[in-house]
Amino acid sequence: MTTTPSVTREAAQDSVVLALGGTWTVASGRDLEAAGASLIAPDNDAKRVILDLSALQRMDTAGAWFIDRARVELTAAGATATYRGARSEYATLLQDAGYHRPEAPTRVPPPHGIALLSAVGETVHDSGVDFIDIVDYLGEIVVMFLRLAPKPWRWRWTSMVHHLEMFGLRSVPIIMLINFLVGAIVTQQGIFQLARFGASTYAVDLVGVLGLRELGVLMTSIMIAGRTGSAITAEIGSMKMREEIDALKVMALDPLEVLIIPRLVALVIALPILTFLADMAQVGGGLIVSWLYAGVTPQSFLLRLQNAIGINTFMVGLIKAPFMAVVIGLIASTEGMEVRGSAESLGRCVTSSVVKSIFMVIVMDGLFAMFFAAVSY
Amino acid sequence: MSDGAPIASPRPGEVIISVRGLKVGFGDHLVMDGLDLDLYRGEVLGFVGASGAGKSVLTRTILGLIHKQAGTIEVFGHNIDKLTPREHLEVGERWGVLFQEGALFSSLTVRQNIQAPMREHLHLSQSTLDGLAAQKLALVGLPPDTADKLPSELSGGMTKRVSLARALALDPEIVFLDEPTSGLDPISAGDFDDLIGTLQKTLGLTVFMVTHDLDSLFAICDRVAVLGHKKVIAAGPITELLVSDDPWLKSYFHGKRGVIRLSAGAERPAMTAGDDRSKNVGR
Repeated sequence: MTTTPSVTREAAQDSVVLALGGTWTVASGRDLEAAGASLIAPDNDAKRVILDLSALQRMDTAGAWFIDRARVELTAAGATATYRGARSEYATLLQDAGYHRPEAPTRVPPPHGIALLSAVGETVHDSGVDFIDIVDYLGEIVVMFLRLAPKPWRWRWTSMVHHLEMFGLRSVPIIMLINFLVGAIVTQQGIFQLARFGASTYAVDLVGVLGLRELGVLMTSIMIAGRTGSAITAEIGSMKMREEIDALKVMALDPLEVLIIPRLVALVIALPILTFLADMAQVGGGLIVSWLYAGVTPQSFLLRLQNAIGINTFMVGLIKAPFMAVVIGLIASTEGMEVRGSAESLGRCVTSSVVKSIFMVIVMDGLFAMFFAAVSY
Repeated sequence: MSDGAPIASPRPGEVIISVRGLKVGFGDHLVMDGLDLDLYRGEVLGFVGASGAGKSVLTRTILGLIHKQAGTIEVFGHNIDKLTPREHLEVGERWGVLFQEGALFSSLTVRQNIQAPMREHLHLSQSTLDGLAAQKLALVGLPPDTADKLPSELSGGMTKRVSLARALALDPEIVFLDEPTSGLDPISAGDFDDLIGTLQKTLGLTVFMVTHDLDSLFAICDRVAVLGHKKVIAAGPITELLVSDDPWLKSYFHGKRGVIRLSAGAERPAMTAGDDRSKNVGR
């Protein structure tokens, strides 16, 4: 039923008749394109061009565009182009869905070198703005926190408990599993590597100190940055996209108070608890691996552990947890607020939220290590 | 035509979409139960019903976006449950949809949005794609500089128009319009109606239009189908529905908002889209 679009040329003295046939519809694709191009072929230098549409079987808006383009371009080239034999509905279509000569682009893209430099400059500038934003935001949150502190009735308890469940309780299995495995791996490597010095039993000290001081809180924070930070950014970001944040603002509600403080508080409560559980899981992993690989019984493992670590070892890890929580929550919510209208920007913000929080968590851990070394804790 | 829905005075012509015994529900709640509907080639079918009666659900079911519990839907003579991948692709090229919220791809510019169906289904050069996108934009009455905007930078009315331009990109045989004129000013809504009318007349476009805009119903709809009680309770030219005894229909057309339209419309049922606009600007 579909036939290819065709053009038949008939030249009279000073005029050319282009008889169009077949179906001029977009479904013809390439054929339509070729037929359309042949209409404005350069050898049509006649003064009068008649586009004969009487044999046209079917035409749609794309066909109309190609046919009308021929008329407009031929007219622009100095010929007089007219239609002949167009059915009334096609005449309407040629008029309504006609061709408009594109205007010359007003903006000329800059050369590559300049574009590269400008991109670099923009990134540097944005990083600076980002940093100021985060500090600004931290200030706002502290002020909001101080304002809310004496008014417990204005705290969103329901929301806080809900997020505590989402961020805390529901992360327990994965956090414990990961830390159990990390504890096991560290102990196993400790046993193998220290055996060369005949000091396999020190593997217990290794997992105790390393696990409680560093690895427990670090693994937990990284997991939470990935699991919860991304969720916070996506939630706040999609609320921003759908104007829900604006709706809150016009109700004279502060998104900071309603959305961010509850999440932040839930995170600050959840992360130390999860860190404690992570510590226990790491020690548990160490205990089982020492038993299996080095034949250290649980009793002697615990005895050894008791000698190896003090309460300070445990506290160093735990003290860091709330700070990590603030960093993750802060970055996640700022990024959420950065989301603009498109799905792409949501994706970009979630990615950058996770990457930035993991980076900052590790940097913070380094700073804490220097601090605790300086105060010999 | 099967019985069930009392579809009045069927137009002779090819049935392009046929829905029979449709049953759709969510959990225990049935939204549609034994619904029958026919859409004829070349007609503009207006689809009305109370808010929440399931107009959008029906549209989405016909489009295959919601699973039905029972019944058959035939589009272009193909049962949509038994489409081969090849036929599925063909059907996708032959219908266009304007979603209620526009559903534009938010990370693509307006131009890329309009080109998306052409780019995926046809092999056209970039310059042709650009030209056709510009043409579609002009067709829906948007200035050329809209092409480089992102959907998030558009107003509600512009989103509707761009979405229509995208729906028309492949010059489909059927377009589904979900509340195309809601949120548009009366002049733009009138232009929208004119455009649909022109395309229907010139291209033989079939239009399935969910709408609450009484002006659209009067101006361009050949038939109006009414959804209620989980079925199509009435379908026919609007002049027939106006004299119906159904209480819902009565309050719909003869209510406060319908009454002016009615007094004008009953006298001159064949009025054109253009001249009927002027009267209801102050409605």
